[in-house]
Amino acid sequence: METTATRHTDMHRDDTAAKLGMWLFIFTEILLFGGLFIVYSVYRFRNPVAFHLAHEELSIPMGFINTVILLISSATVAISISAMQKSDRKMTMIMLSVTLLLALTFLVNKYFEWGAKFEHGMYPGSEVMQNLGHGDMLFFSLYFFMTGLHGVHIIVGMIILGAALYKVRTGAVNSKQYALLENGGLYWHLVDLIWIFLFPLFYLIH
Amino acid sequence: MVEHTEHTEHKHEPNYLEYRGKYKGLMGWLTSTDHKRIGLMYFYAMMTFFLSGVVMGVLMKLELISPGEQLMGAQTYNGLFTVHGLTMIFLFVIPGVAAVFGNLMMPIMIGAKDVSFPRLNLFSWYLYMLGAVIVLSSQFMGDGPPDTGWTFYAPYSLKTQTNVVAAVTGAFVLGFSSILTGLNFVVTMHRLRAPGMGWMRMPLFCWTLYGTGWIQLLATPIIGITFLMVVAERTLGVGFFDPAIGGDPILFQHLFWIYSHPAVYIMILPAMGVITEIVITFSRKTVFGYSAMVISTMAIAFVGYFVWGHHMFTSGMSDTARWVFSFITFLVAIPSAIKVFNWTATLYKASINLQTPFYWAMGFIFVFMIGGFSGLVLGSLATDIHVHDTAFVVAHFHYIVFGGTGFAFFGALHYWYPKIYGKIYNGKIANLGLVIFFVGFNVLYFPMFILGMMGMPRRYYDYLEQFHSWNIVSTIGSWIMVTGLIIVIVNLLRARKGTGKVVDDPWDGRTLEWTIASPPILENFEEIPVVDREVYDPK
Repeated sequence: METTATRHTDMHRDDTAAKLGMWLFIFTEILLFGGLFIVYSVYRFRNPVAFHLAHEELSIPMGFINTVILLISSATVAISISAMQKSDRKMTMIMLSVTLLLALTFLVNKYFEWGAKFEHGMYPGSEVMQNLGHGDMLFFSLYFFMTGLHGVHIIVGMIILGAALYKVRTGAVNSKQYALLENGGLYWHLVDLIWIFLFPLFYLIH
Repeated sequence: MVEHTEHTEHKHEPNYLEYRGKYKGLMGWLTSTDHKRIGLMYFYAMMTFFLSGVVMGVLMKLELISPGEQLMGAQTYNGLFTVHGLTMIFLFVIPGVAAVFGNLMMPIMIGAKDVSFPRLNLFSWYLYMLGAVIVLSSQFMGDGPPDTGWTFYAPYSLKTQTNVVAAVTGAFVLGFSSILTGLNFVVTMHRLRAPGMGWMRMPLFCWTLYGTGWIQLLATPIIGITFLMVVAERTLGVGFFDPAIGGDPILFQHLFWIYSHPAVYIMILPAMGVITEIVITFSRKTVFGYSAMVISTMAIAFVGYFVWGHHMFTSGMSDTARWVFSFITFLVAIPSAIKVFNWTATLYKASINLQTPFYWAMGFIFVFMIGGFSGLVLGSLATDIHVHDTAFVVAHFHYIVFGGTGFAFFGALHYWYPKIYGKIYNGKIANLGLVIFFVGFNVLYFPMFILGMMGMPRRYYDYLEQFHSWNIVSTIGSWIMVTGLIIVIVNLLRARKGTGKVVDDPWDGRTLEWTIASPPILENFEEIPVVDREVYDPK
């Protein structure tokens, strides 16, 4: 695929540009979820009671564990980056692997959480869901859509960090050139941050 | 690859059109990350979509030549105006000037060899093509073309049996292409300006792309998520906008216009930038009020974000919301007018070089003024009630979007054509085509203002007898306009084949793209230029 025109990308590596690009992309991601937060606030404002009752169906311990998992994973990815800056390749790889493992744990947790709902016939388009009252219907629609979209972001984040891990192993990402790792870390913090908002909005309503 | 450049360095350096990379022919283009080649690929794809959109428009006008069913019934007509809208909006005017001429010229104008992320740039083009294929496939797959209008208003877009999912998904993909292009351009302008080119020495076309880039970044995600919700609602049966399950269709309208109004500025800002460049070059003097132009560009981008509610004056909003949105709408007119005044002031006492691109710019200013003033009619609460959802809106919209972006697009094409291809077109025929196009444009769209004032609703294949005569005029206008368009395009195609080689700087332009070869070499500059003059000072 390397045509002649790509050679200037090799010649002019610009890590600042790569990071700036990542920050701009993070803005767009925040706005993507921003649209959903608007929808959430409008419907919660209109259906305060139904939202309150519906949230009691969610398991706070499950959500809490997942929150802790993501917070720790944010720390481990940050450690892996600072390890890379200190040329500690081994530490970088360990911490990245831990991050990926935590991400996987998050997804497994989510799988059981969603699975329990599915067992009770609660899934998008199900008969149980169609027969819910308006407020509950909106709550669970938003719940599945927003946590689902967040789950997709977890997977994308895992792919980026997985690629970074592979490249650390091959040496393509090293202490002189670690923009990919740093951007992967930035993205992972975003994924974490979004969950920090989702958790209280769905699990901790008063 | 390095060897390849070495042995050509001493001889004639191949330009970007004839350059041979690893692949030759079509593959050489499809795998090229050269910003100029990507710009041209956007251009060819976009012209194809634009012309198919034109055909749909002409067919609709033909249907409207008389009351009653002429060519097609209601369902076909509904599908046609939806897909005409989708094609023109998402495939032509939104990416339009920015993706084609931004890609072709912006890196050169700031003195760079390429954009910051060339591979991402190519990826954006593939996303664009993928989105286009999905949108257009909605025509042929499933249960027939979508019939919701390009706005996909809920709850109809959730209820109709037609192929809304494909159209919406395609628009979602196109949105991502647009975001990535905007991101690329913003970063490029931050990082790759040539030494000596401070922000306030950047050409004004680049400034408009900068403002546009921010709108693309900050507005597009909203429609992305909204479209995803529509897809989820249609395919998974979750509830967001359908009132039958507690959803709020007005909320959909808000989310839709939070993007789609700023999108109008994505279309018009780069167009204004092109017109600025043309006016300056053919006035043969520096621009009047450079910093006012920069500020007005950013002001339009910023204020344009907060006016979406004016699409919904009749949809059900509080009175406070309505007058606030109306007021902010009037505010946008101020920076737009500053631009028009500055163009005029630039022309004052200039020794004007009357060439085809300049005539396109004048055509732009004329139709843009009509479009702008009619926009104030729609932005006022009282008059909007009268003309809402009538042909008046259609006329206003086409004066701004087609008249604005379309004229600027062809103006840019005639302006940079010698730079892009190293060839020159026949100026007389180009002018003739432009005049016919201009006359046809006004004959086509101006009667629709009158029809709208008379009360003719839009989006119907049929109408009452009292609207007949103006509709005939309008339909005839569409034939004149297409004639002009054909002349313009054939003239340009012939020039491409012709042998009329031009000098590198046929217009005596002042920005950096006129300091290099026509067509440019692969990486634009032999050596990155050092900028030691104000941007519009003579070279």
